[in-house]
Amino acid sequence: MRQINWPFGPFNFWLIGITLGCFVLAAPIGLVFVSVFFPQTEIWQHLYTTVLADYIVNSIVLAFGVGLIVIVIGTVLAWCIARYEFTGRKQLQWLVLLPMAMPAYIIAYTYTGLLDFAGPIQTLLRETFDWQYGDYYFPDIRSLPGAIVMLSLVLYPYVYMLARTAFSEQPASLEDVSRSLGVSSRKYLFKVVLPLARPAILMGAALAMMEAFADYGTVQYFGLSTFTTGIFRTWFGLGNGLAAAQLAALLTSFVMLLLILEFLSRRKIRYYFQGQKTQQAKRIKLTGSKAFWVPFICLLPVCLGFIFPVLQLFIWASKTYSQQFSAEFGLLLWNSFYLAAIAAFVAVVLALFFAYGKRLHPIKSIRMLVGVVNLGYAIPGTVLAIGAMISLSWLDIRLNGLTESWFDLSLGLVFSGSLFALILVYSSRFLAVAMHNVDTGLARVKPSMDDAARSLGYKPFQILRKIHLPLMKTSVLSALLLVFVDVLKELPATLILRPFNFNTLAVKTFELASDERLMDAALPALAIVCVGILPVVLLTLLIDKPSEITSQIK
Amino acid sequence: MKKIISCIFVIVTLLSPAVVAEQVNLYSARKEALIKPLLDSFTQQTGISVNLVTGKADNLITRLKSEGKYSPADLLLTTDVGRLYRAKQQGLTQEISETEAISKLPNNYHDEQGHWLGLSLRARPLMVSVDRVAAQSITKMEDLTKPEWKGRICIRSSNNIYNQSMVASLIAQLGESATEEWVNGLVKNFARPPQGGDRDQIKGVASGLCDVAIANTYYLAGMLSSKDETTKQQAKKVKVVWPNQEDRGAHINISGVALAKNAPNKAAALKLIDFLLSEESQLWYAKTNHEYPVLAGIPYSDILQSFGVFETEQVPLSQLGELNSAAVQMMDRAGWK
Repeated sequence: MRQINWPFGPFNFWLIGITLGCFVLAAPIGLVFVSVFFPQTEIWQHLYTTVLADYIVNSIVLAFGVGLIVIVIGTVLAWCIARYEFTGRKQLQWLVLLPMAMPAYIIAYTYTGLLDFAGPIQTLLRETFDWQYGDYYFPDIRSLPGAIVMLSLVLYPYVYMLARTAFSEQPASLEDVSRSLGVSSRKYLFKVVLPLARPAILMGAALAMMEAFADYGTVQYFGLSTFTTGIFRTWFGLGNGLAAAQLAALLTSFVMLLLILEFLSRRKIRYYFQGQKTQQAKRIKLTGSKAFWVPFICLLPVCLGFIFPVLQLFIWASKTYSQQFSAEFGLLLWNSFYLAAIAAFVAVVLALFFAYGKRLHPIKSIRMLVGVVNLGYAIPGTVLAIGAMISLSWLDIRLNGLTESWFDLSLGLVFSGSLFALILVYSSRFLAVAMHNVDTGLARVKPSMDDAARSLGYKPFQILRKIHLPLMKTSVLSALLLVFVDVLKELPATLILRPFNFNTLAVKTFELASDERLMDAALPALAIVCVGILPVVLLTLLIDKPSEITSQIK
Repeated sequence: MKKIISCIFVIVTLLSPAVVAEQVNLYSARKEALIKPLLDSFTQQTGISVNLVTGKADNLITRLKSEGKYSPADLLLTTDVGRLYRAKQQGLTQEISETEAISKLPNNYHDEQGHWLGLSLRARPLMVSVDRVAAQSITKMEDLTKPEWKGRICIRSSNNIYNQSMVASLIAQLGESATEEWVNGLVKNFARPPQGGDRDQIKGVASGLCDVAIANTYYLAGMLSSKDETTKQQAKKVKVVWPNQEDRGAHINISGVALAKNAPNKAAALKLIDFLLSEESQLWYAKTNHEYPVLAGIPYSDILQSFGVFETEQVPLSQLGELNSAAVQMMDRAGWK
């Protein structure tokens, strides 16, 4: 095959491009790590003797607690829905994804309003039974277990989605073979199905755990001491930005460890999607009592993670909407929507670029560079935003210095003072989400397919269009939608970097909620959830059609 | 493709600075809903448009600092004095001159060099249960450490700036060791690990979880004027006790404004400061936000009046900023979450 002659050869084009892209995206992350070279002994002494152990233990318990619960919920749901046929299965398929549209801090607000000591449920209990404080036991929602449950309820779809795809792609022939070898259905599940789906499940869990590590809104609201709250306390309360950055670096290293573990766990396993049309396993129709409780179990996470909180928001919003609903609200909606759309587009284009770079040139340096950029997902949005602010302002000041001395023209803050800064941080933070999806998609395209197509005389772009595009369509779309929803919900970076007179739904919700005006915050919160549902519904329409794609490339 | 082009178009329009005759750029730690009506009224009266970014004070200060001399910000608005102090310490502010505003203020409510000044007062008294706490059973902050209050006190996390300022103020007045003792004693008497915001502490008292809370008055006032009947009823079960009226007075903080060092629209910015200290704006603070005006002689809202009059601490407010870090470390040591 003839290749286009780049000035430095095609290899260098990718390497240079990827290095450049990584450099820009990783600048905010790098800034965090530079802080390590400026030791702050006194503060660390203080942290070590007082709160550091709390930060570490709470953060780890939170992340692993969330990881465990999302694996259980996500896998059980995916298995039931992929494997069994029962009433409402079709609807449940997309219903169970809805909690994705719910930001963790909003679900925390609503459940606190509901279950708090002064909330309606406990008040009702006290009035009914004439109890006082201390007369009865009621789980405290604002606690570490509470935070684990809140985060798990909105993060389990990550596992569900990936596990579901993995399950529904397992061909029926696998089961036939297992059966003919005398494997019981229980053994089939644990010896064949789950091991095959393990990479997907762990990947979903890793994403959820990274979110849990980086969560600020929920833990802050619950008054828990974790790394993220500790970072702000050190920075604002103790007034030490360097020590705060060092804490952030420590947090990031935990996440690196997590990623390495995940990578090691699937290093030896690589599956490729077979090009031939495979017979999907037929779903088993449920009868008897199972037909009743399986749908019920599947419905439970949706109710807790979506329906109940939305109802609560709806009740609140119905009391306040008249003051809130105005032309300004339309603008909020539009701002949020287009910002998320642009960011999703940029992040996915970058992810595709990196993924292809990795595939075409599977060398260590490229893999490592891409790995570094993926870390952004675990860094709290605020830290990343400050990193971007500092580095972009530096760039702006240099740039202005140049233009002033050359053209006597002051450009102003073109990077740090514009939406560019926000898009950069979003890309940096959510690239991991896009990469995970694009990688999964690309992994399905067996390298031998490329070779076969080439030997049949296809040009590289034809291969891309006729083979990669159809096979990748689902993954790219889900990457787009996931980033879209994530950006829509994103709060801290938006809060810090947005330009003048620019608000989003998330910012509005936070402002009202942090002012303890939960009822007024309900309407914008509800709007985030509604806008977030659209892509979730689209996504489910796509996720159920892998077979169609297979037949297209036959 | 069309989409991309229109997206780019949208970005470009947003990026290009709006061409306006006269404008002032505001970095505000005060939430949009709590300042926008005033700014709109300013624009209406003067024709000067106000551009607003809201955020957390420290983030805004970092932004101001990293933008350096190209920063578009004219004014920094914060809800506590510690942040104003911090902005000044980092050399991000300049003297507010050519305005009558400062001369109208009591000395304690502005910076010595006039780099910042207060716009409204926020008091942080005790709030006790109407039913379960007898009058005169608690009169001082120092009473809170007594054994009889064990398991009866609600207060929010020490991550919160209001608590940090309160402890810093005590350090300034009582000294390190006495304050440390007080903080330790207070933490021992907590009814529950600190959680939620000030309103949650008030609700804690209302629902019987604890008997005394420390919270800012405008939260209670906000609950009393709420449209939600439950909230209103809860607030009615709580009453304000002004502590230390015999000696140093009740703790206060200010919300205030600083003039950015490189303010590109200084003249307009000074006009806005004057406006914020006008009788009209001060009245708005008192009536709508239920904060105490900094100027004497402005009538309070009915709800504020129902809380009664009180003596305030006289500690120089800039000390609150100075001692903030010491306060946080003290609270860390005491295990105040």
